[in-house]
Amino acid sequence: MFALITDIALTHIAGRGRQTLVSILGVALGVGFSIAMAALMQGSQEEFVTSLIDALPHVDITDEYRDPPRQPADLAFDVAAYSNLRPREDTRGILNATEAMTALRAFIKGNAVASLKVQAVARAGGAETGISLTGTDPVREALISSFDEDMRKGKLSDLRASPFGIVIGDKLAAKLTVDIGDTIVVSSTGDITRRFKVTGLFHTGVVAQDNAFGLVNLKAAQIIAGRPNAVNEIRVRLNDAQSARDVATQIERLIGYKSVSWQEANESLLEAFFIRNIIMFTVVGAILLVAGFGIFNIVSIITHEKSRDIAILKSLGFAERDVRLIFLSEGLAMGLAGSLLGWALGFGLTKVLASVKFEIAQATEVTHLPVTFDLLHYAIAASFAIIAAATAGYLPARKASKLNPVDIIRGAT
Amino acid sequence: MSGSKSNSIISAHGVTRILPGTVPVTLVKDIDLEIGHGEFVAITGPSGSGKSSLLYLLGLLDVPTEGAVHINDMPTENLDADARAHLRLETLGFVFQFHFLLPEFTTLDNITIPMRRLGRRSRKEMDERARELLEALGMGDQAHKRPDQLSGGQRQRVAVARALANDPPIILADEPTGSLDSKSTEQVFSILKGIVDKEGRTVVAVTHDIDLADRMYRRVHLIDGRIDTDVTARR
Ligand SMILES: Nc1ncnc2c1ncn2[C@@H]1O[C@H](COP(=O)(O)OP(=O)(O)OP(=O)(O)O)[C@@H](O)[C@H]1O
Ligand SMILES: [Mg+2]
Repeated sequence: MFALITDIALTHIAGRGRQTLVSILGVALGVGFSIAMAALMQGSQEEFVTSLIDALPHVDITDEYRDPPRQPADLAFDVAAYSNLRPREDTRGILNATEAMTALRAFIKGNAVASLKVQAVARAGGAETGISLTGTDPVREALISSFDEDMRKGKLSDLRASPFGIVIGDKLAAKLTVDIGDTIVVSSTGDITRRFKVTGLFHTGVVAQDNAFGLVNLKAAQIIAGRPNAVNEIRVRLNDAQSARDVATQIERLIGYKSVSWQEANESLLEAFFIRNIIMFTVVGAILLVAGFGIFNIVSIITHEKSRDIAILKSLGFAERDVRLIFLSEGLAMGLAGSLLGWALGFGLTKVLASVKFEIAQATEVTHLPVTFDLLHYAIAASFAIIAAATAGYLPARKASKLNPVDIIRGAT
Repeated sequence: MSGSKSNSIISAHGVTRILPGTVPVTLVKDIDLEIGHGEFVAITGPSGSGKSSLLYLLGLLDVPTEGAVHINDMPTENLDADARAHLRLETLGFVFQFHFLLPEFTTLDNITIPMRRLGRRSRKEMDERARELLEALGMGDQAHKRPDQLSGGQRQRVAVARALANDPPIILADEPTGSLDSKSTEQVFSILKGIVDKEGRTVVAVTHDIDLADRMYRRVHLIDGRIDTDVTARR
């Protein structure tokens, strides 16, 4: 029975070869482009997120509180106003950092490093420039950030052998015209000055880092800052970066200090991705809608052309459902054919996009467009297309099935 | 009248069909008709007298406004469209003035379509039966031609074969020879007569052709949608 229905449906489609082909192509374009777009969008998003996860701490704990601490006056009165207040300097820092680190290590799956950030001025020869110093444990640092991989000269661990060693960005080194083994003079805002020996150079590709960033031993940073034992940042790298949001909440509850996950830090970027995806689906939806109209148009034309056939089939004993199925399957066949063709087109387009090479002005390495192959894209695009095609076929099919054979037969004789 | 068991295969009981509208049109009025097994009935009458309308009502293609049509003594007024369609598929074969063959299908395929819809035989058996029917109608060598490669008379014979495909006890024909030349008319007529005489089926045919009507076994004459005369000839 079903074979009979498809036989009849196929003769109808074959009789409208060219238009059928056009609407199949319409569906194929919709499906193909949506697959290629999704591959590119997801690819670039994944690449971007990966680079975020690689470059940033997954959870960044700083010496701040999310809600400012309640002042005694707030506790005593319902409303309190303050004037002439000035924050005390140098009291900031994560108190009990050692205990906090011990507590952290006990429950996170990953690594953590306590560090001290200090703003300073670096001088070498006649040149002078601002520098952001991070005092850290070089071994742990290698585990939680990617500086170790970005080293161009020397190793991060060389710092251990050199208490006043410093690792700086290659751009900064060029600015100060220093190289490995040279000395630079670092002065803090509190007028403490020390001589540091350059033990390594890195290149991260992030201009701000390469231009004005230095890594030193934690002790050296504490000396420059004049704050022995002080720590103002704990950075955490998790084995599972996606769990950072939950872990950050737990840490904050545990130790009180503001703990920011990489997701929270990049909230607006992730939101932008979300909006980009919505735009993409809207465009793809519009393409498929147009393809759906094409199918609707053809199936409608066929039902008009074939009204005599419908009448005779009904007089022979075909039920309304049979007639409906005939035209519905015509729409579906176009949707299916379009989807299959669209899969091939999408796959091909993705391959072409992936092979496009381009050079970024500054970087020397050749970059490819990031694409992600995901069967889900194929499934979603085809489902949308087939649903659109089924709807486009069903509407005229329903109308055709209601056709009264007597009206047609009378009209024809 | 109705309710009593008779041996009629198709019957109309007080059937009236009025087309609704601002000016309602009465197609047929108060038709009482009992047609038995093996009858060969001509429906005649002037143009517009309601012959086609009556045939559509007897064939369950249309539904009476009043009254009832019984098939094999079974009332049909409570059947839904799908049930009526199924009854047509099994027990009624239609032949119209124009052949209404599906243009894309071969002769053989056109004949197997009702069989495939009913689905009671294997494809091989369907093809065999279609060939037998074509053979019997003198069309054995036309099985793989398409309708547009056949003459009018040949097409009408294929339409008769298709009506017979599911072996229905009743054939309803609306001016089956109306668009044929005299030679083809004779061929198609003798086929219909053979269906009655040799196979014992019931044939009800609308015709304008008085000579043909005279050669059938009963003649129902309509005027203005009512039965004017109903004469059964001696066989
Ligand atoms: N849809 C319709 N709207 C209005 N009038 C109709 C409609 N269908 C049929 N009629 C009228 O109903 C009457 C019966 O029509 P019917 O086709 O049954 O006559 P007929 O005897 O078969 O005529 P013919 O010999 O010309 O085929 C005619 O007067 C016709 O004009
Ligand atoms: Mg008529």
